[in-house]
Amino acid sequence: MTYEFIPLFPLASFLILGLFGHWIKDKAHLVAVPAVVVSFLLSLLVFFDVAGGHQTSFPLYTWLTSGTLDIHIGFSIDRLTAVMLLLVTIVSSLVHIYTIGYMHGDPGYARFFSYIALFTFSMLMLVMADNLLQLFIFWEAVGLCSYLLIGHWYDRPAACAAATKAFIVNRVGDFGFMLGLLLVWYSFGSLDYHEIFARAHESAGDVMNVLGPFGGTWDVSVLTLICLLLFTGAVGKSAQVPLHVWLPDAMEGPTPISALIHAATMVTAGVFLVARLAPLYNLSPTAMTVVALTGGVTMVVGATIALTQTDIKRIVAYSTVSQLGYMMMACGLGAYAAGMYHLLTHGAFKALLFLGCGSVIIALHHEQDMRRMGGLKDKLPVTYWTFVVGSLALAGFPLTSGFFSKDELLVSAWSTGPLGQLLTVLGLVTALMTAFYSFRLVFVTFWGPSHVDPHHADHVHEPSKTMTVPLMILAILSIVTGYLGIPEFLGPMFETSAGAAHEGGAAIGIMVLATSMGLLGIAGAYYVYVLNPTLPDQFARRWQSLYQGSLNKWYVDEAYDRAIVRPNFSAATELWKRVDVKVIDGAVNGVARAIAWGGWLLRLMQSGQTQHYALGMALGIVVVLTVFLMF
Amino acid sequence: MTVPLSYYLVLSGIVFLTGVVGVLLRRNIIIILLSVELMLNATNINFVAFSQYFHDVAGQVFVFFALTVAAAEVAVGLAIIIALYRAKSTINIDEFQLLKW
Repeated sequence: MTYEFIPLFPLASFLILGLFGHWIKDKAHLVAVPAVVVSFLLSLLVFFDVAGGHQTSFPLYTWLTSGTLDIHIGFSIDRLTAVMLLLVTIVSSLVHIYTIGYMHGDPGYARFFSYIALFTFSMLMLVMADNLLQLFIFWEAVGLCSYLLIGHWYDRPAACAAATKAFIVNRVGDFGFMLGLLLVWYSFGSLDYHEIFARAHESAGDVMNVLGPFGGTWDVSVLTLICLLLFTGAVGKSAQVPLHVWLPDAMEGPTPISALIHAATMVTAGVFLVARLAPLYNLSPTAMTVVALTGGVTMVVGATIALTQTDIKRIVAYSTVSQLGYMMMACGLGAYAAGMYHLLTHGAFKALLFLGCGSVIIALHHEQDMRRMGGLKDKLPVTYWTFVVGSLALAGFPLTSGFFSKDELLVSAWSTGPLGQLLTVLGLVTALMTAFYSFRLVFVTFWGPSHVDPHHADHVHEPSKTMTVPLMILAILSIVTGYLGIPEFLGPMFETSAGAAHEGGAAIGIMVLATSMGLLGIAGAYYVYVLNPTLPDQFARRWQSLYQGSLNKWYVDEAYDRAIVRPNFSAATELWKRVDVKVIDGAVNGVARAIAWGGWLLRLMQSGQTQHYALGMALGIVVVLTVFLMF
Repeated sequence: MTVPLSYYLVLSGIVFLTGVVGVLLRRNIIIILLSVELMLNATNINFVAFSQYFHDVAGQVFVFFALTVAAAEVAVGLAIIIALYRAKSTINIDEFQLLKW
């Protein structure tokens, strides 16, 4: 097997489009789409190869060797990698195709394709990495692509602000990640997965005094510290509370990248990281608890905010935050296989929902506010039906993929003990909210009377084939990923996977509860938004403070603004005015001024009088002779 | 009685210093050029004196060359002075301050 070719094709596509995009222009898809489709076919081969029991890990290229530090690019191909490869290439291929229609006529058409090709390459390298440093490099690379793509329409201030925000918030997490890398290197002397896992058991009892430099004493298990630091990176990348604020803003970018990067692939990298490092996390119960609780809180926070948003992409974005919380919670409880399972099904149906949103947005000439939609189901039948399938999967409707993965996840979580049971209850409540907000979205957007801008109302029509076909394929995937036996496929990867212990009674009970929560949510949304359209306003008035809180995203952005952004901003302004302008500019200008003054002094010697120069020479000779004769 | 070497050297030194002072103090470019010639001839005196003192004819050969070169140099120098005069209608060295920033 030649695994190198999987990332190579998108890389080639990126280079061609990046270098020659200026001339290729609106034919960019002729380069990008075949490249990523070939990647997909190769991934499919790898998947069957791995499913047949093959598993490998090999270095590809040594970057540098310094002492015992050996940094190389290598591939590690196992079941986890195989399913991630498949997810990334499928969604990327469909998004590439969808982009042909969505970005048609955009001045940055070729640039957009080159960036998503770069993203695909980076993401593939990330999931195939066999060491933490490679993972980190491509972790940053996907972050960069995210930044570039959110800011694709760089002439919009909101897009630039959102891109910057995503980048800076991720920096916070990545700082922790880097510290974690250093600590891994310091404790294990290697960054390779094999080596780390092999040595982790030996150093399970090691402690280090984190307050040492400050003279205090606070011994913390090294493993816990490593896991928590690496998890900080995952919190940033996977938009977990408290670093979730960047993801909804990232919706300023074009919709295809919301589907690809901010729903299906990049944001799941954090969950992937925890699953990848499962042997490490398993050794640190404290870190596991933190992961599980963070996931649990994120799950609830995301869902509560999604209830009241009115921008359709933001609803889906908060839903993504919430679903990522589910996955993180599952990983934190040790149910890695269930978490990864939900990651995969979520990748399919959330990409579908985002692309569906994109179709609606295009049909309505870039209208994203759902209060100015309504009654679209007859005009956009394909979008409508695929959207319903996606929403059903998200709500966990029986026999859709979301139903299987969410049940698997909750049942596994329940079986892990008291914390798991508490979080399972939260998960059930969230499932109710999930079903409610996703069908609120469906009903308000596609049902009821039309609130579409009358200028556009008459020519609302289904977008081109390149956009509807990916929707249909994703709709099919949203159903069938539930039947592929992914937890059984991934199960052997994780020795202590909690999902293995399914007690009959409790499992069925939770399954029934989760399903009824989903159905109840759908019914509730139907009752509130279709049968009694005045109810939402009454609710809003009745629970004013709750409503305002949810609508304003629990004021997290405002709090960050007050606590972090503005103090930093004013400190930076002060530094600029005092240090930059006065000290640094002063020093630079001062040097220039001193030199000018010195030059003016020296210029006095240059009289232009030949005789002055002759005098200088004569005196010079006298001096030389004097010195020569005297010494 | 032969004239000792030191006499020649003192004469040569006096002529050379006269030339140096002339170059440094006079304003007329022709005078300056002639002062340069004085310095040149001071060295010629030295050459001849040492040639006689060491009984070596090489010094006198040098003097021939120096005289020839000096003649050529004066020709060039006078030509430059004429060019300068045509440009500025003066040959006062203070008027020529072009060699500065």
